[in-house]
Amino acid sequence: MKVLVCISHVPDTTSKINFTADNSAFDKNGVQFVINPYDEFGLTRAIWLKEKKGASVTVLNVGGNETEPTLRKALAIGADNAIRVDAEPSDAFFVAKQIAAVAQEGGYDLIIAGRESIDYNGGQVPGMVAALLNWPFVNACVGMDGEGPEFNFTREIDGGKEKLSASLPLVIGGQKGLVEESDLRIPNMRGIMQARTKPLEVKAAVDAETKTSVGSFSKPAPKSAVKMIDAENVSELVQLLHDEAKVI
Amino acid sequence: MTNTSSGMTFAMSETQKMIAESVRDFAEQHIRPNIMKWDESQEFPVSVFKQLGEMGLMGVLVPEEYGGSGLSYFDYVTAIKELAKVDPSIGLSMAAHNSLCTNHILMFGNEEQKKKYLPKLATAEHIGAWGLTEVGTGSDAGGMNTTAVREGDEWVINGSKNFITHAISGDVAVVIVRTGEKGDSHGMSAFVIEKGTPGFRGGRKEDKLGMRASETAELIFENCRIPHTNLLGKEGEGFIQAMKVLDGGRISIAALSLGCGFGALEAALKYSKEREQFGKPISAFQGVSFKLADMATEMEAAELLTFNACHLKEKGERVTMAGAKAKLYASEMAVKACNEAVQIFGGYGFTKDFPVEKFYRDVKLCTIGEGTSEIQKLVISRELKK
Repeated sequence: MKVLVCISHVPDTTSKINFTADNSAFDKNGVQFVINPYDEFGLTRAIWLKEKKGASVTVLNVGGNETEPTLRKALAIGADNAIRVDAEPSDAFFVAKQIAAVAQEGGYDLIIAGRESIDYNGGQVPGMVAALLNWPFVNACVGMDGEGPEFNFTREIDGGKEKLSASLPLVIGGQKGLVEESDLRIPNMRGIMQARTKPLEVKAAVDAETKTSVGSFSKPAPKSAVKMIDAENVSELVQLLHDEAKVI
Repeated sequence: MTNTSSGMTFAMSETQKMIAESVRDFAEQHIRPNIMKWDESQEFPVSVFKQLGEMGLMGVLVPEEYGGSGLSYFDYVTAIKELAKVDPSIGLSMAAHNSLCTNHILMFGNEEQKKKYLPKLATAEHIGAWGLTEVGTGSDAGGMNTTAVREGDEWVINGSKNFITHAISGDVAVVIVRTGEKGDSHGMSAFVIEKGTPGFRGGRKEDKLGMRASETAELIFENCRIPHTNLLGKEGEGFIQAMKVLDGGRISIAALSLGCGFGALEAALKYSKEREQFGKPISAFQGVSFKLADMATEMEAAELLTFNACHLKEKGERVTMAGAKAKLYASEMAVKACNEAVQIFGGYGFTKDFPVEKFYRDVKLCTIGEGTSEIQKLVISRELKK
């Protein structure tokens, strides 16, 4: 089984988010980048397939060379090799086209992506990849078992869970549950050293349109100061909750 | 991570950044939640060292052929520093295991000894101890009273070693004992001894000011018989070997100091930006901000001296002077930084609710262990006069 794990290079969850002066782009200055947490669950599940079923695991990123430390970390965690498509990930369709091209060329059976990336939260890429390849798509996947080529999956749905099955080749949009947080692996020294010599192939992008363009970004309005209302003055409290806070 | 460094010549490689991140993640997950519990109870958390072994941090410098990680001194310093930023006592035990016991066997053991002991030490299946100091002889190690007397194919050891890291929980110890005349630098030899050898045991555990999760105790020898094959290197070379082991060991104590100093600086910087007095954060007052500036400058200078010693070590050059300078300066500046950090925290710094109280106690070991500051000055001045 050949598994392709899509790795997004995203700001650390504790980063302070700012935009460039004209609000047209995210300001990367001083920001630490990590493996997208949803992708890390998928990567760990892929490593299990490697260890238990002898699968090969390739990690893939579409981005500039600044994303290579993130790919190296994925290699240190246990992936066999890495591919970076050298292009600005301009929108979901462009990225999905690149992933689909790599998947077709490399003859992969299973693509595991995160259900979304925690940077722009589009959540579109894995679905688009499945559509481009005409493969089944299991989104919000929280469980996977079976011997293959047919697998049983559990999906998270509003207020419950859905069980379904599908056969390879297919695309998974994974999240916590595919493995648990305690299953995530911290690279050990041997893994880090091996990662230095594992292959990291840089590919040119295939032709693809960018179908959307970003206008501007804005941050939520800062929280206003707390207003203290005298305990005796209930009518003012009710009026403020109604007119200002608009919660009643 | 707070960036308290202004960028330096010895820029961290991608590998070192990954090592730092891994050690940090490990320490946050497996060490941070328990540090005050272990500190209060003086518990030596053996299971953490087994996990550090799985991480490849118990045989950092040991080549892969002997089951180690085969990393450089730069990588080693990075790992100790990051561990010590969370809990210096875990950093100390990791450093002592790697630099002293394991490194002594790596540097002076024969092939058979290396194959027998290193793979188990490198994976923490065995925890290592190293014994030079005695009750009556600290800096003046040459006057030691513990003796080994040759009887046929065996040596019989009698005496005791003091302030030994992992004396009770250790599985293997390297000890330097007297095999010749007192005061003769060629009158001492090094032996490797396994736990369970009759006449060999751990003694009283010290109740310490700091570094309390790192076990420190006596090693006792009562007619302890070991085979001649346990001699490391040649008879009479033990003291010379120990000095060479300590040359590298000093780099690890400098790294431990960096962890304490930078750990205290990061905590103080964060607190000074949050704590408000007279309507503004205390970092806005020069009295506080100048302390932070001094701490950052002095710790960075200490780091550069430490990296310089690593650089020379990696080139295979003698590091006696460079290691002593790094250990002297890093430990003294770290003690100063931890002192200032407590001052910046004010009353809260005097409580166990904030991390600087523990840094303040732990860091003092750094100016004492593996050669006091005064001994480092002696080493440096002797080298200068050569």
